[in-house]
Amino acid sequence: MHMSAQSGQPLNPGSSTGSMEWNPDMIRSIVSDLKAKPGSLLPILHAIQDWIGFIPPDAVPLIAEALQQTRAEVHGVISFYHHFRTTPPGSHVVQVCRAEACQAMGGRALEQHVRQRLAVDYHQTTADREITLEPVYCLGNCACAPSIRVDDSIHGRMTPEKFDRLTEQLTTSTLELK
Amino acid sequence: MTTKIYVPCDTTALSLGADQVAQLIEQQAAEQGGDIEVIRNGSRGLCWLEPLVEVDAGQGRVAYGPVEPHDVAGLVAAGLLEGKSGHDLWLGNIEDHPYLERQQRLTFARIGITDPLSVDDYRAHGGFDGLARAAGMEPQGIVDEVKTSGLRGRGGAAFPTAIKWQTVHDQPWQQQKYIVCNADEGDSGSFADRLVMECDPFMLIEGMAIAGLAVGATQGYIYLRSEYPVAQKMLNEAIARAEAAGYLGGNVCDSGRAFHLEVRLGAGAYICGEETSLLESLEGKRGLVRAKPPLPAIVGLFGQPTVVNNVLSLAAVPFILAQGGEAYANYGLGRSRGTLPVQLAGNIRRGGLIELAFGVSLKALLEDFGGGTATGRPMKAVQVGGPLMAYLPESQWDTPMDYEAFAAIGAGVGHGGVVVFDDSVDMGEQARFAMEFCTVESCGKCTPCRIGSVRGVEVIDRIRAGENREANLGLLEDLCETMVDGSLCAMGGMTPFPVQSVMKHFPDDLAG
Ligand SMILES: Cc1cc2nc3c(=O)[nH]c(=O)nc-3n(C[C@H](O)[C@H](O)[C@H](O)COP(=O)(O)O)c2cc1C
Ligand code: SF4
Ligand code: FES
Ligand code: FES
Repeated sequence: MHMSAQSGQPLNPGSSTGSMEWNPDMIRSIVSDLKAKPGSLLPILHAIQDWIGFIPPDAVPLIAEALQQTRAEVHGVISFYHHFRTTPPGSHVVQVCRAEACQAMGGRALEQHVRQRLAVDYHQTTADREITLEPVYCLGNCACAPSIRVDDSIHGRMTPEKFDRLTEQLTTSTLELK
Repeated sequence: MTTKIYVPCDTTALSLGADQVAQLIEQQAAEQGGDIEVIRNGSRGLCWLEPLVEVDAGQGRVAYGPVEPHDVAGLVAAGLLEGKSGHDLWLGNIEDHPYLERQQRLTFARIGITDPLSVDDYRAHGGFDGLARAAGMEPQGIVDEVKTSGLRGRGGAAFPTAIKWQTVHDQPWQQQKYIVCNADEGDSGSFADRLVMECDPFMLIEGMAIAGLAVGATQGYIYLRSEYPVAQKMLNEAIARAEAAGYLGGNVCDSGRAFHLEVRLGAGAYICGEETSLLESLEGKRGLVRAKPPLPAIVGLFGQPTVVNNVLSLAAVPFILAQGGEAYANYGLGRSRGTLPVQLAGNIRRGGLIELAFGVSLKALLEDFGGGTATGRPMKAVQVGGPLMAYLPESQWDTPMDYEAFAAIGAGVGHGGVVVFDDSVDMGEQARFAMEFCTVESCGKCTPCRIGSVRGVEVIDRIRAGENREANLGLLEDLCETMVDGSLCAMGGMTPFPVQSVMKHFPDDLAG
């Protein structure tokens, strides 16, 4: 396999979940790049979240205006989908699979461990703003359960011990800087 | 001669360190001055052996697995670069592995063998033969070939694919029509769609292009769940390469006809796997289920005639066009023709993809292929076909895998995912989860589903806490019936199935 670089998506190398800083021009440029596509709202929302890390509520009027929809319509779409968030996430997003195949391999105990270890519940971010925890319902890795996703990588045959090592690796680079 | 070393690049292999394994092998080979080339192939679907490393040093593809990064040094010392036996992880020639040898791979004939993004590899293994043939056929001839194959939709509802195509074909041709691939693969236990997209993406592209030629659609969309980042990259790259090679675009395979293809990402909503919710989502809206009729085949995406098919349905089409519908229909039994890709998952020793003609018993899959549970404890329950399907107790494991036999016991084959639980499972908790899942994923359009599932969780909690047990069990039964009868789609309409199966087959667990 030889992969060429992904085109189109502006990526911020410094942080895995986007840049967090945003201004209206960023939104306008994404919208004008994509709005000609039929059914462009989801691609636009994805592009914004990939770049900025979340969909700022103040972006909604800009999107609505460009697509000639009401703010309520745009907001309704954002709130319908679990993937979209309207507040900034931590430096990393950790998703724990809650679905059946993972349950069958100790997924519930793993969920418990992760919440305790990070001292947060789902949809929350750790106090040091390192990790946002989200549930997910199947990552398609069901024969090597349980699984979690950290940003864009999936980790199978997860155990509490492996999880602790993984979170240490995730946070060391930042700790060293402090 | 350069030794070829294959390290898979699908999500499962990557989730267990395949990138690092590939890197370490290259490093060690460089240190030893070995003449090797590392190829990132797809997975063969023998998931319990991932990462599965194969070495071709001139004597076929000798495999080792599961190879995690910390195993590499020991393996190289034991002669991995020469394909030597002796190490515990040595598996011999992979093509002779009984798990593979006993399968009938028509759709998955190439996975794991080829480089998923190599057009040349794909063609060398029969790829694009079906499209080349279709390009020279009358559209009706293509539909007829699919009709002969007996192919039924693999996404869950098992609707005959050719009837759907015929409906779209019969709509006037002077209008925009669409092919939409349902790649939302939301069912736990399912990963066959992902394997197609990550390990043989040209097969899906080819199937969609053939569908386009058959019904007169010039635009296709793959609606891909956002949980599949690897599949997204593979598909986008494969589409670009297929376009460059003339298999997509303005003149498909010199047919003089156009077919364009684009990947669109979902956003973490299980209900968007339901075809009308999916179409709403593609249109940029909330994924609210539409009432049917009108059928999507007549009023579909942006109001136009649309074929919506599952990944596996479309992936079966290139074989059918290349080898003929008859060749496909020769497999299977009764009204279930062809092969079913089964996915063994959960608490199972040898989990993976098993493609076989319809008719094999569930038990044979669990035992002969699966080898029992991963934990070594007795099996207690098996859920076939996703979160909306019944939990099957041991007495039902003799059922043959075919649509009618499963329907006869109030179950379903669904998308072919099989999730195994050992005897440590609390089936009351599973029943509760079925309702909870519906509270999270309901689109909210109808009350029995939106509110009923919330009540369902509450009632199950009360039963498990021993509050007014008899009365609450009666209430749960009524609630299940209301949801089955009163829901607009199968989300609310089938969520009761796993719950009812627990009430019937595992009543002691529910009592808590
Ligand atoms: C709640 C719900 C979820 C569904 N999820 C999927 C899915 O993830 N993938 C899929 O192919 N079909 C799914 N379906 C079935 C689709 O509605 C539809 O039947 C299918 O896409 C048709 O394609 P096929 O005929 O090729 O199977 C789902 C149905 C329901 C009710
Ligand atoms: S049954 Fe549930 S998911 Fe289906 S339309 Fe009604 S509310 Fe939506
Ligand atoms: S159920 Fe967890 S990855 Fe599929
Ligand atoms: S409709 Fe699903 S959360 Fe409101």
